[in-house]
Amino acid sequence: MGKFILRRVGVMILTALCLTFIVFFLTNLYPNLEKLAKTQGNFRMSDEEVETYLNNNGYLQPTITKYGQWLGVLPGYVIEGTDGRTRAKCAEPGQPIEEAPRFCGVLQGEWGHSTVIKEDVGGIIGEKLALTGILMFWVMLLMVPSALILGVLAGMREGSRLDRSLSTFSITTTATPEYVSGVLFIAIFASSAIGLKWFKGTATSAMDNITFENFFLPVLTIAAYGMGYIARMTRASMAEVMTSQYIRTARLKGVSFPNIVMKHALRNALIAPFTVIMLQFPWLLNGVVIVETLFNYKGFGWTLVLAAGNNDIELLLAVSVISVIVVLVTQLISDIGYVYLNPRISVT
Amino acid sequence: MPKKPDYDGPILEIDSLSISFFTRLREIPAVMDFSVEVQPGEAVGLVGESGCGKSTVALGVMQDLGVNGRIVGGTIKFKGRDLKTLSPDELRDIRGNEIAMIYQEPMASLNPAMKIGKQLTEVPMIHEKVSEQEAYARALEVVRDVKLPDPERILKSFPHQLSGGQQQRIVIAMALMANPSLLILDEPTTALDVTVEAAVVELVKELGRKYGTSMLFISHNLGLVLETCDRICVMYSGEAVETGSIEDVFDKMQHPYTQALFRSIPLPGADKNARPLKAIPGNFPLPHERPPGCNFGPRCDYFEEGRCNQDIAIPMEQIAGDDRHYSRCLRFKEIDWNAPIQAMEQTKATEKGDVILKMDNLKKYYEVAANALFGSSGVTKVVKANETLTFEARESETLAIVGESGCGKSTFAKVLMGLETATDGQILLDNKNIEHIPIQSRDTQTVADIQMVFQNPFDTLNPSMTVGRQIMRALEIFGHGNSDEERQNETMRLLDLVKLPREFAERMPRQLSGGQKQRVGIARAFAGGARIVVADEPVSALDVSVQAAVTDLLMEIQREKKTTLLFISHDLSIVRYLSDRVMVMYLGHVVELGTTEQVFSPPYHPYTEALLSAVPIADTHVEKKHIVLEGDVPSAMNPPPGCPFQTRCRWKSEVPGNLCEEEVPPVRELAPGHQVKCHLADDILARMEPVIKIAAE
Amino acid sequence: MKDPLSWGAILGQMIIQFMPTIIALVITFAVSIYFKRRLGLYGKLFDSTIGMIGLALVLFWVFTAFFAGAFDMIATHDPLDQSAMMKKKLPGTPYSKLIGTPDPNAGAYYLLGGDNLGRDVFSRVIAGSIKVILIAPFATIFAFMVGITLGLPAGYYGGKFDTFLSFLSNLVLAFPVILLFYLLVTPEIVLTGIPVYMAAVLFIFPLVFLVILWNSRYHTQPGKRNLFVGITLVIGFWIYLGIAWDADPLGIISFPPNLLVVFVSVVFVNSPTVFRIVRGLTLDIKTRDYVAAAQTRGEGPWYIMLWEILPNARGPLLVDFCLRIGYTTILLGTLGFFGLGLESESADWGKMIIDGRRLLSANILHIAVPPAIALLTLVLGLNFLADGLREESLKD
Repeated sequence: MGKFILRRVGVMILTALCLTFIVFFLTNLYPNLEKLAKTQGNFRMSDEEVETYLNNNGYLQPTITKYGQWLGVLPGYVIEGTDGRTRAKCAEPGQPIEEAPRFCGVLQGEWGHSTVIKEDVGGIIGEKLALTGILMFWVMLLMVPSALILGVLAGMREGSRLDRSLSTFSITTTATPEYVSGVLFIAIFASSAIGLKWFKGTATSAMDNITFENFFLPVLTIAAYGMGYIARMTRASMAEVMTSQYIRTARLKGVSFPNIVMKHALRNALIAPFTVIMLQFPWLLNGVVIVETLFNYKGFGWTLVLAAGNNDIELLLAVSVISVIVVLVTQLISDIGYVYLNPRISVT
Repeated sequence: MPKKPDYDGPILEIDSLSISFFTRLREIPAVMDFSVEVQPGEAVGLVGESGCGKSTVALGVMQDLGVNGRIVGGTIKFKGRDLKTLSPDELRDIRGNEIAMIYQEPMASLNPAMKIGKQLTEVPMIHEKVSEQEAYARALEVVRDVKLPDPERILKSFPHQLSGGQQQRIVIAMALMANPSLLILDEPTTALDVTVEAAVVELVKELGRKYGTSMLFISHNLGLVLETCDRICVMYSGEAVETGSIEDVFDKMQHPYTQALFRSIPLPGADKNARPLKAIPGNFPLPHERPPGCNFGPRCDYFEEGRCNQDIAIPMEQIAGDDRHYSRCLRFKEIDWNAPIQAMEQTKATEKGDVILKMDNLKKYYEVAANALFGSSGVTKVVKANETLTFEARESETLAIVGESGCGKSTFAKVLMGLETATDGQILLDNKNIEHIPIQSRDTQTVADIQMVFQNPFDTLNPSMTVGRQIMRALEIFGHGNSDEERQNETMRLLDLVKLPREFAERMPRQLSGGQKQRVGIARAFAGGARIVVADEPVSALDVSVQAAVTDLLMEIQREKKTTLLFISHDLSIVRYLSDRVMVMYLGHVVELGTTEQVFSPPYHPYTEALLSAVPIADTHVEKKHIVLEGDVPSAMNPPPGCPFQTRCRWKSEVPGNLCEEEVPPVRELAPGHQVKCHLADDILARMEPVIKIAAE
Repeated sequence: MKDPLSWGAILGQMIIQFMPTIIALVITFAVSIYFKRRLGLYGKLFDSTIGMIGLALVLFWVFTAFFAGAFDMIATHDPLDQSAMMKKKLPGTPYSKLIGTPDPNAGAYYLLGGDNLGRDVFSRVIAGSIKVILIAPFATIFAFMVGITLGLPAGYYGGKFDTFLSFLSNLVLAFPVILLFYLLVTPEIVLTGIPVYMAAVLFIFPLVFLVILWNSRYHTQPGKRNLFVGITLVIGFWIYLGIAWDADPLGIISFPPNLLVVFVSVVFVNSPTVFRIVRGLTLDIKTRDYVAAAQTRGEGPWYIMLWEILPNARGPLLVDFCLRIGYTTILLGTLGFFGLGLESESADWGKMIIDGRRLLSANILHIAVPPAIALLTLVLGLNFLADGLREESLKD
């Protein structure tokens, strides 16, 4: 088992390196740098001015060198600019070059500086992750139990009326992307045109003070999209288990229906959905981005849009590292959990 | 609910039962006018081919027909109570408590995520409301009863940790936990190896006697029913056609179908040349395409136009003088049941030609990751799938390769075909070495020369291509014919060869029955004029009545084309019937090789002896020695040291010292052409008695 | 000045506008139901209520896009035409224009009102459908070609090749889709030419696929093989030059660069999932006896993959195809939602939704809700259709 996890962690690190390099490469393409220079300086910069700016700030080094510096395996640049100022990647504002450390990459815990928010990336990410964490916590709390209950109820008696209505409901929620359901929810529950006005149409105030009124709609919007999918998986798995021979054996042993479902079917039926729930994370991340934009909740997803829209390289890299790690860790958990749930696979 | 101990009528009475399944399009009658009764302590066999409704009867008794099935007529009485009138609660009390059921697939009928102990103790805890400790004690006792070693450990394991034979014993134990009055066994041994099957059957018989349980034994195998049951009921296409005691039905049959069935199975004494089998013509009717009048009419030798096909229901009639012996035939009183079989066309044994295939010390080892899921990080193990195979095959000879699962017969086929290359040794085809040439590198002629017929008819044809296209493709690949037209004609000729109508070229495989698919598979194998055909259990998945026809077809083509047939099988009856020479394999080793005569008579290799004894024979005149092997076939991943068979051999004590455990026995020639791989001394081998004796009539 | 229409009248007007679609739909259904026993799996769809509802919804948008795109029917106004008078006007408001002359062919009312720039919401929804119906299915087909061409050998051969491809596909799948879109679908990236290179790689797959398909099938008959491969190469290469490189020597085929980047990234995001499905199916089917039979008669690996394995995987693939078109539609909407890859003017459902979202707090619902409902019904239809297909194909 230890060896297996080690191998997986190795693959994870390799994947993370590949992905960050791709992000690094794409954000460091010249047109993107040009755009960055213009947003940092002014929009009427001439081509020469752009080039000078980029050169002075170390953007024109070879991509692989820059990547190494960002990672912290190569020493940060020290460049004497055309304007006579010497800039060092590792120097804090106001810090003399000589006192700056040689390395300042991710490995040293330096995530760099955001060009949009003008703050340290590490700090921004921490703050935004906390906000999104709260959102995700409530989403999970709403989504997973309701999806499992829906799926088990539907799959318990395949083809029954209950199954048909619950399945149709699940299909409908999977077919409704967050930006559609969010808009519809706001239109129905938050606008005075319909008149219900139960909830608030934005979640900005939830960043300081979460209430049912300002937080329920975003949570519901993300949960609804994922819920249908998990419910359908659970239903399929449950339906398959219910037609299996050992359930018939149990039935013909005289076990009552509730006991068949609870004692014999449930554990077997939940193996497949468990994996699915874990693999939902990449999807949920998408949902988070859309919903945070839609409800103006300034969390991690909102930051992603901000960073990507402004080619804020270091912020964007940090965002991708975090999301990649989230995805890969959940995959690992899903694999390990699968082994523990399924007695047929032995680890030793 | 307490059981009624004072009841002394029949345990189960089924009276004119009819069961139908309802689909969107139509009602499909699965069982019609079916009656049977089971007395206390009696074992009744229910025999028929797949689709005849025998399993439906069992499910009807359990009242578990699913959403689409319904009892549309008749009654099922259990201890005098009509099961149909019971409430769901009363029914639950009976299920598992008074009636228990055992199925075909032991692995599938045990809950994979629940420990064995829990699955067993559940039964008395539900029905008798006993405490967990008491139930556990009972479980231990029952597990001991089904002769499983180390009951405590078994109760703590999950089903996947047991072998197939052990799982089936657990299923039997589970059925016996509540000491039921009636046990329904639905093909309980089909998924097991022959030697394991024999042990399980032995166990069932013994437990039946010990607990005094009545049994309803469902099987397609007449031999098994003969060994286990007191009475038999033969079913055909949803109806019982003949019921009676085993002796009456086996020796004084009164229905043409029963007679035809017996004539189509290879009993000792049948011979492909002198006494060929008589296949039942035609096909089993689909449930919605049954003929008017007698269902068996269109395939019956005694069919009378205007009488047998009148659209009236034919009743079961009692045969005077016998004990509860019934037949559903209008003409049974007119038929001379003792008339000898109409002389079948006898054929001359073909001359064996030159040696065309020669194996010399062939070895095939695999490297397997020790752990499937977390593979490639762990250690690898070497599986010795084939060890020193040496034999030769001649033109127009049938060489049978016999063995149970894991004996390496499929690996051998793969190596011969070139799907795998040999680890060591040689394969000579016409004195050319081919063991190291993978199939992609073989020339067209070599590929066309060695072809294969597969086991599973439902898997052998590509489901999304017409039959004609698939044969045409084989012709194209073998470079046959210069134009599509020529190949088209050749396809028709091949369909004629396997006795299928030419229209079948346009059909999709799903429109064909199992036997017809197998014929197409044979046609495809012969498309390139194959000289060696490897037939991997070609008939074992087919119904009994179709088996004979397909076997005969193979024999006929062989005679015509002088093909060498390598017939892989676990069924010794059919092997005896059709092969010239037999090779017995066990865990990758050839343990015995000789002519059919030599292998089927003593001296035997101890494994051959056990195998012979394990095969059920549907003939009341045959006396068989009962040799029950302990345990299961060891895994090829982890074979025992020394002689592969030593863990189960009953002669082991006759060999001095630890020879069997330490050394692989050498190959010894007992008679010209008869080899045995065994340590037993000559005088002990000579003492062996025949396993099968045919009692003098 | 005319009076605004009542809700009933708006509905009536819309039905009249949709009449060509409705007629086509009714004819299709009548013919299909009449012949349903002879139409195979498609015919069986008409036994399942869910499947029929799904098909109706999908065909509704297909026909609408067809009539609107090919014959300029259904829509009442030019989707880009702005009228300052009509800004944020409620559904049913009579059409008027202050500056410039009104189009004489334009309808008398804005059936679903005007958007924030005074364009007709109804016509924009219709125009948006044309784009979706054009891109989503084709992008999905390309994703399938890529996924199949790579998934078959990965599953069939296994080993290092499989490990490598699986690693790549997991790599793409581990990317949050939106981040990928933000990186790929920007005007700056179009400048670097990366989308063209990606298109060059991705679009070669259908060509490779077809050539292998013919070659494996007919290599025993060189005449036939050369004919099929030749035709495929000539036509395929011509189309390939046109759409991937925008270098059609005849100048007929071209692909707008900003649409190309959208198309490429959607294909790119979808193909790893298809790859995984195909790989799994291949692993399952390759153990069947008919595959062994093909091997023992010396068939080449590609013949086995394309003619023995692939046709028997068609059921699950067909179901996934329907679902995936739906997912692609959602992705296209997401792109629009973040304003990626389009001209600011063009009618796009995702873009219309986010534009309308900003006015929801001002209690103006009619701008965001119609495109939301349009997208919802199309995706829902595809999901229902997939469910119906799955259910019916399992029945026998």
